[in-house]
Amino acid sequence: MSTMTDPHATSLEHLRNVLTPNGLRTDVFRDNLRVHVGRDQLITTLKALRDGRGFNMLVELGATDYLGYPGRDASAPRFEVHYVVRNIDTLETVIVKVGVDDPAPVLPSVCPVWRGADWMEREVFDMYGIKFDGHPDLRRVLMPDEFTAFPLRKDYPLRGRGERHNFPRILREQS
Amino acid sequence: MAVSPGQGGGAPSAPILTNAHPAIQTSVKGGIEVPKNTIMTTVDSAVSWCRKHSLWPMPFATACCGIELMAVGASRFDIARFGAEVMRFSPRQCDLLIVAGRVVMKMLPVLQRIWLQMPEPKWSISMGACASTGGIFDTYAVVQGVDRFIPIDVYIPGCPPRPEQILRALMDLQEKVQKGGTLFGNNGLPELIEKQVEHERKQSLVVLPGTCRERADEDRFGYRLPGGEALLGGGEKR
Repeated sequence: MSTMTDPHATSLEHLRNVLTPNGLRTDVFRDNLRVHVGRDQLITTLKALRDGRGFNMLVELGATDYLGYPGRDASAPRFEVHYVVRNIDTLETVIVKVGVDDPAPVLPSVCPVWRGADWMEREVFDMYGIKFDGHPDLRRVLMPDEFTAFPLRKDYPLRGRGERHNFPRILREQS
Repeated sequence: MAVSPGQGGGAPSAPILTNAHPAIQTSVKGGIEVPKNTIMTTVDSAVSWCRKHSLWPMPFATACCGIELMAVGASRFDIARFGAEVMRFSPRQCDLLIVAGRVVMKMLPVLQRIWLQMPEPKWSISMGACASTGGIFDTYAVVQGVDRFIPIDVYIPGCPPRPEQILRALMDLQEKVQKGGTLFGNNGLPELIEKQVEHERKQSLVVLPGTCRERADEDRFGYRLPGGEALLGGGEKR
């Protein structure tokens, strides 16, 4: 038995059978298999991984803002949302990435697939403003409700736009 | 009761200790005849003296400064030596707010509410670099100094401060309580009241180009930036 066999070969084969041939683009970075899919095939891919290959845990759901990213194709979408899924029996891990673009970025929610996606999608919405269709309760989870900006977007200044000091001042004689 | 030494056969000598009726022992101080064992003071001064030795802190500990605050409460540093060991986690029972740690914009309304819930007279300590200035957390969510929004009496530098610094701050605050307290509340020190008035006057000035509503015109490293870096918008280059 060779030690050089691709640990993801079976999963990739399964995905190739499920998805349309041109819908699947993969690369490997430091042993991490990354599957790039289109928005319309996202749920199909994730369901195929969960039901067909036993990826029963959504480890992480996050996003990246590639605004002004060096060396990135100008036609590529601005945001990428990644889903790190794991088979907790074999410990196989696959990263599914989907691009979503301005304005009004919307993705289908994966809450029906993994319930644990609930707060993670809320966090992505909170920080990047990406909406998730079909999410049961898409509110902000970290920032206060009255906050209007999306602070992890690259065009948002590091020190904010003065929200942190938009409070009344309590003086000694008022308290 | 008079105590006489030498109860044997010797002659009785003068009593060395007495608590005879004070009315019969008087002395003249400042032209006024005062009974002995009597102290003349003002009510304000006496009340302040009582207050400064029985401060009840409300620990608003949001970060690592809170750990240091616990050390001050423990036996090695022992804040009880200064009468401030009764930490209460209900603002209604406290008269000293210790803000220990960074305060984010989501927490600030809570802090303000706690401050308003504390009964008069009350004092406050801003403990550590984060509570006083925001410290290294110069980001969109962290308030750059709680003194922007609640009155602060004593600041403690340090990240986190040594327990000795907290005790020093408590002693400074005791001095302030003694000087600024009145029977009906805490008016603060007169020179600080003037400073506050001046600050309010500055707040009401018209904001012109080149002035900044942030801390001052300087950035966190002390460089003066017209307009202030913190208000830069979407075109900001880094």
